[in-house]
Amino acid sequence: MNFAAGTQRLVLQPPGARYSPAMGQSAPGLGEAVAGPSAPGGPALRVSALTKRFGDRAAFEDVSFEVARGEVFGFLGPNGAGKTTTVRTLGTLIAPTAGSAEVAGIPLSPQNGEAIRRRISVMPENPGLYLRLTVRENLELFASLYGLRAPEGRITGALEAVRLADRSEDRCGRLSKGLRQRVGLARALLNDPEVMFLDEPTSGLDPVAAREVHELINGWRQRGVTVFLTTHRLEEAERLCDRVAILNTRLRSVGSPKDLRARLFGGSLVVETASPLLDARAVFGSVAAVREWSEGDHGAYVLSVADPRQAAPDVARAVVAAGADLVSLAESQHSLEDVYLQLIDHDGSAPR
Amino acid sequence: MIRLDLGRLLAMTRKELREFRRTPFILGAMVVLPVIFIVEPLVDIFRLGSSTPASAVQKVVGVTFLLMLIVPAVLPSTIAAYSVIGERDQGTLEPLLTTPVRRAELLLGKALAAIVPSVLVSYVIFGVVLLCAHLFAANQTVVATLSNGPEILAEVLFAPLLSGWSIAVGTGISARASDVRIAQQLGTLASLPPLAVTALVSFQVLSPSVPVAVGFGLGLLVIDVAMWRVVAAMFDRERLITGARALAARGGGGGGQPPGTVRRIEMVRGVDHE
Ligand SMILES: Nc1ncnc2c1ncn2[C@@H]1O[C@H](COP(=O)(O)OP(=O)(O)O)[C@@H](O)[C@H]1O
Ligand SMILES: [Mg+2]
Repeated sequence: MNFAAGTQRLVLQPPGARYSPAMGQSAPGLGEAVAGPSAPGGPALRVSALTKRFGDRAAFEDVSFEVARGEVFGFLGPNGAGKTTTVRTLGTLIAPTAGSAEVAGIPLSPQNGEAIRRRISVMPENPGLYLRLTVRENLELFASLYGLRAPEGRITGALEAVRLADRSEDRCGRLSKGLRQRVGLARALLNDPEVMFLDEPTSGLDPVAAREVHELINGWRQRGVTVFLTTHRLEEAERLCDRVAILNTRLRSVGSPKDLRARLFGGSLVVETASPLLDARAVFGSVAAVREWSEGDHGAYVLSVADPRQAAPDVARAVVAAGADLVSLAESQHSLEDVYLQLIDHDGSAPR
Repeated sequence: MIRLDLGRLLAMTRKELREFRRTPFILGAMVVLPVIFIVEPLVDIFRLGSSTPASAVQKVVGVTFLLMLIVPAVLPSTIAAYSVIGERDQGTLEPLLTTPVRRAELLLGKALAAIVPSVLVSYVIFGVVLLCAHLFAANQTVVATLSNGPEILAEVLFAPLLSGWSIAVGTGISARASDVRIAQQLGTLASLPPLAVTALVSFQVLSPSVPVAVGFGLGLLVIDVAMWRVVAAMFDRERLITGARALAARGGGGGGQPPGTVRRIEMVRGVDHE
């Protein structure tokens, strides 16, 4: 297999082509000694009850999930939730305290560190470029460290993939933060990784630069690149990810953004009355379909129901029967943000 | 035993040398040190009259050889201290450690980059001093002693071995220390003891001969290898990474977010963003 063609494969080939049995393995002769080649069909990541403690303090605890090949998986959580520590652990930089994981089909263990590192790439929170070196020189170093045999083609391919081909001779110290981030992404593409870890790839970027990074990731998503993306920005998770895990030291939930919304909130109705109900408990208690209710702002009530469309007429009747003026009755639309705040903010054991 | 990929090792070296060429502090040292260490001994040598007593000549020769060895002993420890902590501060160590590079490749690649210029500089200094002494010195005893075979052999052997030691120590210190300057000072201090040992030869406490030079050379080689093993064992991915975090938390680090207690998420919605 020729490496220059490998770049093409990552950047240019249609989805599906990447994981055919012939192509899903990394290049031959690159150190299959410790671990056997990964099963092309297995998950890209399999994490089970993984825990990392620093002293007696857990950075993350009892985390389990799987990421399928070709999936863009979002790891969403507030600062200090343990996202970076998870990336470092799965990226073989630090050892877990407990639990187990498979990365690119290889069990996470000190002996397998090198075999795993060949198959993944990690872009840390700070891209960590050599500022005195040019863009190309930075990529040359990493191409050599990955042992790529035809590095020039790969470097050029990676630079084109992040639209930086015309800046390759600039020193990294002269680039804006957004461009540096793109150099970091190009570097992460070099070895055609089976899993790409991106730790908060848009943190600190202005909206335009962040948008460009989003477009790049979305492009890779369409081509079947597996990405493990951490973020504390909901809109990023919602826009880019097939599935999202919400982490706050412990894993709160995993699912597609849509699943998460449905699972957490089920259906709900928002009832607005002209003035507060005199006895809301009696009114909503009388409707069998209402499971729970709570009082919102300005005479609004949020009712939790199994099926909003079925419950709405009963609720309307009960409110009117109680002599109140019904202003509106609507099925509520929860955003991922509501889900997130519900999971994170209502949590007494938040870090820091 | 240790499996080394020469391609990766040399890639590290090439990267280091590229950075050195663009680092004023290192370039400056490479220029200033030779000037000082050429002028200083030559002044002493030229001061010797043709009839200066042998003991005084001997002292000048001893000092000259010692000075010649200060550069290879001290310069690389400074560079080495800078090279690990510098990477940590720039945040470049973490991406480096996520590649398949082995620590021996990383360490030896960096060591080679520090050793080669230091040793070259010290040979140039030695050559220039010797040449000038031959051409211009009034005292012929000093010229003869300086060109003594065992003395030259000692100089040629000791320079890289002293460098090897001080790079090992400098790297070891900077894998643990958090501040470049402290690491450089400690590194300089730690590079001195073997230099003191070589001074025994320079000052002819042990009269220089080929066996003495080779013997000392072997001794240095053994402690170099031992030191390198200790350092390689200290150079552990997790410690380097979590140490970097401790540094960032104190405000010294290059990366990460500013310290704070932001628990709320940014309320940026798709609409605002589009
Ligand atoms: N090297 C370390 N030593 C001690 N505590 C750490 C270290 N690294 C991270 N932590 C702690 O672990 C928790 C998770 O940190 P981190 O993984 O950086 O979170 P995130 O990336 O989600 O912001 C935090 O409480 C942090 O203080
Ligand atoms: Mg983080």
